[in-house]
Amino acid sequence: MSLKIGVPSKGRLMEKTFDWFGARGVAMRQTGAEREYSGAVDGIAGVELVMLSAGEIPRELAAGRIHLGVTGSDLVRDKLADWNTQVAELAPLGFGHADLIIAVPAAWIDVDTLDDLDAAASAFRAAHGFRLRIATKYHRLVRDFLTRNGIADYQLVDSQGATEGTVKNLTAEAIADITSTGETLRANHLKILSDSTVHRSQATLFLARAADWPPAERAVLAALATQLGLTPPAL
Amino acid sequence: MLTITPAARAEAEALFAALRDTGALPVEADILQPAETLLDLYGEDIRARAYVTQDPLRGEMVLRPDFTVPVVQAHMANGADPARYTYMGPVFRKQDHLGPRASEYLQVGYEVFDRNAPEADAEVFALFARLLAPLNLRALTGDIGILLAAIEGLSTTPRRKAALRRHVWRPHRFRALLDRFAGRAPLPEARLRLLDHLRSDSAEALMQAAGPQIGLRSAAEIISRTQALLEDAATAPIAAPEAALLYDLLGLAAPADAALAHLRGIQPLMPAIAPAVDRFEARLAALRAHGIDTATLPFEASHGRTTLEYYDGFVFSFHQGEPLTGGALAADDLPAVASGGRYDALTAILGAGRSIPAVGGIIRPALVAQMKGLPA
Repeated sequence: MSLKIGVPSKGRLMEKTFDWFGARGVAMRQTGAEREYSGAVDGIAGVELVMLSAGEIPRELAAGRIHLGVTGSDLVRDKLADWNTQVAELAPLGFGHADLIIAVPAAWIDVDTLDDLDAAASAFRAAHGFRLRIATKYHRLVRDFLTRNGIADYQLVDSQGATEGTVKNLTAEAIADITSTGETLRANHLKILSDSTVHRSQATLFLARAADWPPAERAVLAALATQLGLTPPAL
Repeated sequence: MLTITPAARAEAEALFAALRDTGALPVEADILQPAETLLDLYGEDIRARAYVTQDPLRGEMVLRPDFTVPVVQAHMANGADPARYTYMGPVFRKQDHLGPRASEYLQVGYEVFDRNAPEADAEVFALFARLLAPLNLRALTGDIGILLAAIEGLSTTPRRKAALRRHVWRPHRFRALLDRFAGRAPLPEARLRLLDHLRSDSAEALMQAAGPQIGLRSAAEIISRTQALLEDAATAPIAAPEAALLYDLLGLAAPADAALAHLRGIQPLMPAIAPAVDRFEARLAALRAHGIDTATLPFEASHGRTTLEYYDGFVFSFHQGEPLTGGALAADDLPAVASGGRYDALTAILGAGRSIPAVGGIIRPALVAQMKGLPA
């Protein structure tokens, strides 16, 4: 048996994850061909690397098929019900920063806050006969945020990509999406509502509470935590 | 583990039989309902919890989240006047939190379409109280109609009243709006800036400078709201004593008779609530005639403000355990064993112009079985 750690299988997230662990004496690397999804860990015994799509890591953590996993804090909060009962946050990794925000057309000069969005939604529903549509793939986070803020007369419509284009394509009136620089939003003539930061996301190391934690895995976790300078939660 | 246990079903059958014995007509409703009408009547919160599926011939369908809407539709199509209905069956709501709340459970319900509203309110409540009496539940009542009347009576613009009325079911936002309309909370910086710009420049010019017109919300809609904002900025705040009365009303929690006395006391200062308070008084008299002790019956003016948006008058619920502080029930508290209320506005929406006063409620047999110590 070994302690399985899921990491993003490609791109900058993978590189930055390798860098973060490498800087703490845990060397992760891809093995085999460049595009082959297999990896190895040096510098600590008993750790197995599992290369996964970042979007699937929350599900794998919840199912307990991996012990630890690196993914965006936004994905874990959005995909897992009561996320903090299913996983524990071990460490924010300081990269992959992005904010989940709500944006509307820049031409909406009368809308700057959630309060305005709510009023605009009311008038929109009266004029068009259906609820103002907000395109997003972060349904849980956005719905909880809007409910908490008492927004009415909206509906969430699913958008798994190119969300910034939905307003122009007339499939939504507003969007909720992650942004780091805001450039794509500006290019699509959208602006961020001033009080609409739903979540500030970054790559985070999570621990799966539902995974098997026999003594051997606990010992590897303790060794790994010491190496990384972290305090693992009670299991 | 079974979602609906034999004990829960037996309890449901017994309650359903007891309701039929009162003369109520048993009605059926399809489990698969057309999604559009149904979901449009609920807020996004219930919408998000509905199981929606795609039917190749009928389009988007939903597993019924409750019976009220289909029963109202059936009644509007071919019901007698007055009419009393009862029903039994499973309803479906996705649960977003780990915990004891079921996503599929039985409901037994009773709906009354009768123009004698105070009597119908009392009838439903007294019937539920009688059926549930062995469980020693804690009853709680309220009246959204009094809040709506108080809002209507405020000396402010129709637009501000409409905004408050729209958010009567969302206490947090309601409070924020009232604070702003009463001049207790400042306007956001960006609003002040926009108002400044609008006073020196046309909305059209500002929009052109801001970006191209994209999306369904038209320039005319944007301009119309900027005009509304200018008008609103010129509107005098709701007078402090008037706002204080409304805050006082929202916090009113007392036994029903004492609540009535309190409302009669503030009525000279809030004459608009008089008809609603008259209805409240008539309902209490009807409840007494049904054997309910209104001197001890708990009443909270804000009760029902966090439940379904379609209740607009009398609301009630029956709970296990101790009273919660602060009035409104949080979503993650134990579900009520039974709950209901008046929904006249819903029949108006579904009846396309025709409406009939309606009141009703549901019981959750699984909770009844559980309280009796049966495996639920």
